Amino acid sequence: MSDLAFATAAVPARLPVEYNEAIVKKFLIASVFWGIVAFLVGIYLATELCWPSFNLGLSFLNFGRLRPVHTSAGIFAFGGNALFATSLYVVQRTCRTRLFGGDALADFLFWGYNFFIVMAALSYVLGYSRSQEYSEPEWHITLFLVLVWVLYAVVFIGTLLLREEPHIYVANWFYLAFILTVAVLVLGNNAELPVSVFSAKSYVVYSGVQNALVQWWYGHNAVGFFLTAGFLGMMYYFIPKQANRPIYSYRLSIVHFWSLIFLYIWAGPHHLHWTSLPDWTQTLGMAFSIMLWMPSWGGMINGLMTLSGAWDKLRTDPALRFSVTAVGFYGMSTFEGPMMSIRDVNALSHYTDWTIGHVHSGVLGWVAFISFGAFYYLVPALWKRSGIYSSRLIAWHYWIATLGIVFYISSMWVAGIMQGLMWRAYDQFGFLQYSFAESVVAVHPYYVIRLLGGLLFLIGALIMVYNLIMTVRSPSTARQEATLPSGVAVAGG
Amino acid sequence: MVIRHEWIEKNAILMLVLVLVVISVGGIVEIVPLFTIETTVEHVQGVRPYSPLELKGRDIYVREGCYLCHSQQIRALKDEVERYGHYSLAAESMYDHPFQWGSKRIGPDLARVGGKYSNDWHYAHLMNPQALVPESLMPHYAFLAATPLDYEYVADNMRTLRTLGVPYTDEEIVKAKDDLEAQAKPDADTADLLKRYAKAVSVPGNGRQPTELDALVAYLQVLGTMVNFADTTTEQLQQ
Repeated sequence: MSDLAFATAAVPARLPVEYNEAIVKKFLIASVFWGIVAFLVGIYLATELCWPSFNLGLSFLNFGRLRPVHTSAGIFAFGGNALFATSLYVVQRTCRTRLFGGDALADFLFWGYNFFIVMAALSYVLGYSRSQEYSEPEWHITLFLVLVWVLYAVVFIGTLLLREEPHIYVANWFYLAFILTVAVLVLGNNAELPVSVFSAKSYVVYSGVQNALVQWWYGHNAVGFFLTAGFLGMMYYFIPKQANRPIYSYRLSIVHFWSLIFLYIWAGPHHLHWTSLPDWTQTLGMAFSIMLWMPSWGGMINGLMTLSGAWDKLRTDPALRFSVTAVGFYGMSTFEGPMMSIRDVNALSHYTDWTIGHVHSGVLGWVAFISFGAFYYLVPALWKRSGIYSSRLIAWHYWIATLGIVFYISSMWVAGIMQGLMWRAYDQFGFLQYSFAESVVAVHPYYVIRLLGGLLFLIGALIMVYNLIMTVRSPSTARQEATLPSGVAVAGG
Repeated sequence: MVIRHEWIEKNAILMLVLVLVVISVGGIVEIVPLFTIETTVEHVQGVRPYSPLELKGRDIYVREGCYLCHSQQIRALKDEVERYGHYSLAAESMYDHPFQWGSKRIGPDLARVGGKYSNDWHYAHLMNPQALVPESLMPHYAFLAATPLDYEYVADNMRTLRTLGVPYTDEEIVKAKDDLEAQAKPDADTADLLKRYAKAVSVPGNGRQPTELDALVAYLQVLGTMVNFADTTTEQLQQ
């Protein structure tokens, strides 16, 4: 308590801190750009699955080479740049200090990370892939990523150490766990031996069943730490800011932070139910996945309840609607996930489009929506504008994108459950009732609906791009203030 | 003693260390025993390293991202065993760097596709899948037939894998190019090849030089054929 009182008392005496906001702007623009790329490639892939002639017989447009471009653009380019942008913004604000390491290092992070993304995407279409899901780049590209990532950790932790606030704010716990764990995961899963230093080809050191579990230890925690912990950091800063309310429960944030990061790491084996992975590992993975439901909902409750007494803002602030709906989707996906990790549910759902739907309710509903909410908050704040150009357009974006997600996930539920049931169906004579090809034909209409959902989501995102550009082009409040007598500006502020 | 979270919140290095400790537990408990428990990989006969041509084919399978649509893992479920054959064993992928079990079936499982169709079927199917399976969503892989196989350094690939534990013998590495050519030529003498790599399926090729398509077909034709389940006892399958 005395520390807090001291901090509050000391504020007026301090000089205002010059934050490095240029770097946040760069990452934000990159995130919006890559988001559009990810949605476009996703739509193209969805078209290929509806009408395979869209593969055009060209090696670099084939589904197998293009799909990693979509996932990497979505997770690492769109999501990654959003995490860089918000983490570097939040850590400066909540530590009340400029970034550690100087502007040149921050710029290196930006150019280095985006260079990594371009190299990775090019390598997939040109025919270089490790074919380990969400970990496809070959060894030399990964090596470069590791360099960038270590420097990211140095900048972030260095800034934490320089902080002028006694406490590390809760959003930074999540960002810290995300940065550290992703480093551990990438190093663990990319242990590989190049055929020679001049060859792009390498072989991973693990094989078969061990390789499978290491991969899903990585893969599931790419979800757990990249797409969850990092974005929870975003939630913990931007929802209280947008709602103008403190976090609902400090105690809940402590409990759910430590339990979330402890439990998540165990959940990988649920990707390998009924396979050659020994049963004991599958059972452990299932048990921990179900337990994971609780800390996940702890985070959801903490996010949603922060709006206590401010729910009316949802009517007037469409940007806040994105952030709050995101938390809703987070809650839904983190219920669906543990359910699908139950071995008998998984027997039906695994290998089907249900999994694809589940991933997209998380990535579109949670990751993209919480990022959109943050963008709508950040752009006026960074470019010193009075607000977003058009609230009506935010509302249009919101409803079109939400409708798109509903089309996407409900079509994938139907397609996935139908595939699962057709594959296991027996006829009256005790033979398998359907050939595999019949299940392919049956899902076609749902693939078309999925494509429509993706298109709606892209249209929403393009409305956002227009709205953000118009915001940046609107008159700056900083300039307005400068033209006023100083006394008026102070009174207004 | 009361542990106060305030200590952690005020000390970035302490928080960093605790995060690393907390996230390490699960991985260590689940992963390390897979390397130490001896029965993790079943003791069955027949699983051998890939022949040079199969290995090149596998590298192409990996490069093209085939696993994104085709699993290679038949789960221990009644309908899967009836549709695809005996459930997959850990032993069957013990030389697979990386594993290609997959996570999505846009097309059918391939764990036991070897021998199910003729070479001719595979060539025609990879060139134009819809010509044989009209419902198929598969892209065309005709460009593989037009690409000569680059196998100059195939022995290096095998040597790298040997470092990682795949038991290639010195002889196999020395004879790598001969074995590769023998498997991809129509009337070649395959006695030596079959001595080193039992059940290797020779592919006809175009008679001039091995193509990437030849390698891929050779790989597909060996999938799931190495273990003879008729001679395998239940004890051997215990995990």
